[in-house]
Amino acid sequence: MSSEWVFNLYVFVLATFVGYQVISRVPPLLHTPLMSGTNAISGISLVASLLAAGSHHFVSQILGFIAVSCATINVVGGFMITDRMLRMFKRKDPPPARAKLGEGKAS
Amino acid sequence: MTPTMLVVSLSYLVAAVLFILCLRGLSSPEGARRGLFLGELGMLIAVIGTLLHKDIIRYDWIIAGVVVGSGIGVAISATIPMTKMPERIALSHSFGGLATALVGVAEYLRESDGLTYFQIAALGLETFLGFLTFTGSIMAFGKLQGFISGAPVTWKGQNFLNIGLFIAAVLGIGVLVYDRELHQVFFAIAGTGLALGVMAVLPIGGADMPVVISLLNSYAGLAACATGFALGSQILIISGALDGSSGLLLSLLMSKAMNRSFANILFGAFGTALAPGAASPQLGKGGRSYNEATVEDAGAVLKASQTVIFIPGYGMAVSQAQHAVRDLAASLERRGVEVKYAIHPVAGRMPGHMNVLLAEANVSYDKLFDLDDINDDFARTDAVIVVGANDVVNPAAKKDPSSPIYGMPVFNVEQSRSVIVLKRSMNPGFSGVENELFFQPNTMMVLGDAKKTLLAMISELKEGH
Repeated sequence: MSSEWVFNLYVFVLATFVGYQVISRVPPLLHTPLMSGTNAISGISLVASLLAAGSHHFVSQILGFIAVSCATINVVGGFMITDRMLRMFKRKDPPPARAKLGEGKAS
Repeated sequence: MTPTMLVVSLSYLVAAVLFILCLRGLSSPEGARRGLFLGELGMLIAVIGTLLHKDIIRYDWIIAGVVVGSGIGVAISATIPMTKMPERIALSHSFGGLATALVGVAEYLRESDGLTYFQIAALGLETFLGFLTFTGSIMAFGKLQGFISGAPVTWKGQNFLNIGLFIAAVLGIGVLVYDRELHQVFFAIAGTGLALGVMAVLPIGGADMPVVISLLNSYAGLAACATGFALGSQILIISGALDGSSGLLLSLLMSKAMNRSFANILFGAFGTALAPGAASPQLGKGGRSYNEATVEDAGAVLKASQTVIFIPGYGMAVSQAQHAVRDLAASLERRGVEVKYAIHPVAGRMPGHMNVLLAEANVSYDKLFDLDDINDDFARTDAVIVVGANDVVNPAAKKDPSSPIYGMPVFNVEQSRSVIVLKRSMNPGFSGVENELFFQPNTMMVLGDAKKTLLAMISELKEGH
């Protein structure tokens, strides 16, 4: 059992590292969508909320219900509003000065 | 492991990969929406996987929660104006914090007997961080929305109290690990989290909000991580770590853009809020002369310009002037003027705030430039239009070591031929720092509501043909 938390610690450290690497490539232009997107992803606590709401324990069900509601607001709302924002980012009639935004061209 | 539980675990693995791809998509505006779709897919897979979990024995509360949450989530996202994005982000951090905190409480009440020492500690940390994020974000929301004073509330010994609360929570978690049956200790930890959230954000002023919001983002992620450790769920650890590192990275960027040390920020930017408030306006308010200009004067300057740079700030968001900015830029461009926008990392109330507003106003994103990319251009620029920005154009940050914002990277606005500042009044504004730029001979102050001034400038340009 004690080895499980060491394993989880591995997962945590590696995920943090991957996250840091991936996110440092996000241009400042998209920092607000990044924040609202990661907010939607952190709505993954929905998974834990589902377990609480669907359990046999009554108080846990009530708390789980509130938690499911809150997490769903973040998941549904977070993805929706991030998409609404990203739809607005457009480039019109590419002028010559465009090369300046170099980091925006990573993928 | 039963076949069903294997499916559950594998669905989490797929979801984790999709989340990482989702964030990777955000590295360019072109791939961002496709990336976001992968994130949505990942979330769907994770939720469906969870519903197969053997521990879920009833679905009524789940369905009710999903219906309520979706309703509220859709309603908020569909109606909220882009100028209110910082408020929405703050609010959603509070929802996220509350969800993790309540999950922690539920888990503690449900099965604290069967947990390892490590899981108990994680549970305590999860509940503490969750409640801290919850009240901290509510406070941030209140300050942004204006129902809590945006000014920093400070008193003596504040830092000691906050650090004391933090230590108390850590000790409480230690006690809980020793004896998990002590319910009152568990709830005291929860209460400490609630209190510390309020206390930590209270001393922070409106202009520091980009840092606070990034930091709360990071806390929300760490709380989700702690949940993952408590439940032994890798998907929560991975997603929480992604969220946490994103918040951490943004906090680091913001602290760099404000020239604050990270240690300073990590403790909720406590001391920093004191500095601007305590600083006396060393340049002296009384009797300094500045060029108050009319819209006609400003129009005349613009007519004679070939290159114009806009510098938007929080004032643009307040007066909802982004569309007017775009319209003025468009009429300048029709006259053959080259127009650019200079975006400071801490302009506005959250990272990327100005970019989103200008994108909403249909400004092509290749005209938006970061500090480092545009700062050499000012010397070659005919006119700069400052729309509701203040500290980010203050030359004192470069020249005056006694200024509270000394060392903060700012735009070299004063190098351009003329500067037009749109400002509500000559008050030094929130931070209380006098801005030398406003008194320079080549600066024109056009006082009044930014949006109205911009619209007047547009018609002024039209008449000039």
